[in-house]
Amino acid sequence: MDETFVSARKKKDTSGLVVQWIGYLFIGLFALCCLLPFLLVLGTSFTSESAIKLSGFNFWPKEFSTFAYKIVFENPDLIIGSYIVTIVMTIVGTAIGLLLVAMTGYALQRPDFMYRNKISFFIYFTTLFSGGLVPFYLLITQYLHLKDNYLAVLLPGLLSPFLIIMMKSFVRSIPHAITESAKIDGAGDFTIFLRLILPMTTPALATIGLFIALGYWNEWYNSMLFLSPDMKYRTLQLFLYNVITSADFVRNSAAASNVQLRDVPLESMKMATAVVATGPVILFYPFVQRYFIKGITVGAVKG
Amino acid sequence: MCFPAIAFFLIFSYMPMPGLYLAFIKYNYSDGIFGSAFAGLENFRFLVMTGDLWRLTFNTIAYNIAFILLGNMLQITVAVLLNEMRSKWFKKVSQTMMFLPYFVSAVLIGLIAYNILSYDYGILNSVLHSLGLDPVKAYSSPGAWPFIIVITYLWQSTGYGSIVYFAAIMGLDSEIVEASEIDGANAFQRIRYIVLPWLKPTFIILLLFSLGGILKGNFGLFFNLVGANNTALYASTDIIETYVFRSLMTNFNFSMGSAVSLYQSLFGFIVVLTANWLVRKVSPDNSLF
Repeated sequence: MDETFVSARKKKDTSGLVVQWIGYLFIGLFALCCLLPFLLVLGTSFTSESAIKLSGFNFWPKEFSTFAYKIVFENPDLIIGSYIVTIVMTIVGTAIGLLLVAMTGYALQRPDFMYRNKISFFIYFTTLFSGGLVPFYLLITQYLHLKDNYLAVLLPGLLSPFLIIMMKSFVRSIPHAITESAKIDGAGDFTIFLRLILPMTTPALATIGLFIALGYWNEWYNSMLFLSPDMKYRTLQLFLYNVITSADFVRNSAAASNVQLRDVPLESMKMATAVVATGPVILFYPFVQRYFIKGITVGAVKG
Repeated sequence: MCFPAIAFFLIFSYMPMPGLYLAFIKYNYSDGIFGSAFAGLENFRFLVMTGDLWRLTFNTIAYNIAFILLGNMLQITVAVLLNEMRSKWFKKVSQTMMFLPYFVSAVLIGLIAYNILSYDYGILNSVLHSLGLDPVKAYSSPGAWPFIIVITYLWQSTGYGSIVYFAAIMGLDSEIVEASEIDGANAFQRIRYIVLPWLKPTFIILLLFSLGGILKGNFGLFFNLVGANNTALYASTDIIETYVFRSLMTNFNFSMGSAVSLYQSLFGFIVVLTANWLVRKVSPDNSLF
């Protein structure tokens, strides 16, 4: 009797260990695969062009060189301009977007708001059916006349049904009695929203704000559609896209810094630009990730 | 307080909808939308005749099915394994690493793929070379791209997606798990009979959401990986959204682009309604509406 009990215990223990070892191996390898490509970009950006031409991209620079960065920063005008556009866009867009998402989510969750189901459906429906790219493009360029205007990038990114639904499920946890008691005390709807609801939903605001900010920081699609090369300063990711896809762009900036055409570090310059354009996000992200996980977790548990 | 949101969706989502009328005309820039000649179903007929519509539909749906199935499988596997881990340190570090690809732009992802796959300098060919194997020309072999695209998708989305499942596992009552252990269930049985069934509702909800987008591609991924005009790869990489983008920005064929968009929207709409109807029949609690 005792022996069978012991052997059963033993069996259970080994199965647990097996699962753990599979886990360490599998997740460890996968996590490594997620990280390595970034190191590859970083390593290549510090490799001299001749070493790249000889032995290809590498994690560890065979011939260390900061020449690519030197050329990128030789004429910092363009990259600083793109940085400013993206930073301003991210700050303004996130602030306005967050306020609008919070307002909408709160209003749609208030039980005494008569049309809340109809408006919810009005918003949700846009995820089911849409006019598509061509009419959207014509709307922005020919009806709203926003071509080559930063608003064409800023405005469409402000709201999304997904974020509103997320906000709604957060607000659901705040008892309606709070709103009602504040009303009895004579507070208006906006006072209730600003002074009571917003402070109570800080975790939600942090998560949703991060979503919006990340969207603006990584924005390239609308800027590619609506900001033409006539504009000197465009968004950071579009700047990177141009460096990657057009050799002309790289040649021009090399010419501007008096580098012979054959000495242009074409490949390492692409990587150096990528590092410069991505840098801040990567630096912030370990701190920010916590909020993301918290936000997604709360959203997932509440359904 | 809803007014700004209503105005927003009215302008940016509803106003383009009547623009789908473009699909039924032969759009001419100088005559505008309402001056151009009415063409009826001519655009659609053309799309069917050239075989474009079939290729786009097949590619879009096949990629999405691979994304949804493999994506969820991998996310669930990662979440379940993370839950079994005892080392807090390992959990934290690995989650941070897996989450990283979600934070960067599609443009950078395209560059990373180039880093690995480039014929002359890519690390893949360096490795193949050192093993004495022939180098591969990834950017001109269509057959390789379903793998490249799906792997990149999984690479980018797994860390983020697994959090939802991980959170769901956290909600599992620990008493049930303890009871199963007393009854002699081993780790595999515990996962098979308790954890996985527990994740079913989450899986169904996520499945429904993704089915709704089954005709929507992942434009950024395809566009940045493949490049704007790599005709050699269209057979295996062209999806509805890249086609629409090209008809707008490269071919200036607005009517054809709209015809494909309309097809995409209607088809997607029907898929959602059908999927929701099916789920409501099987388990009413999990349907979306």
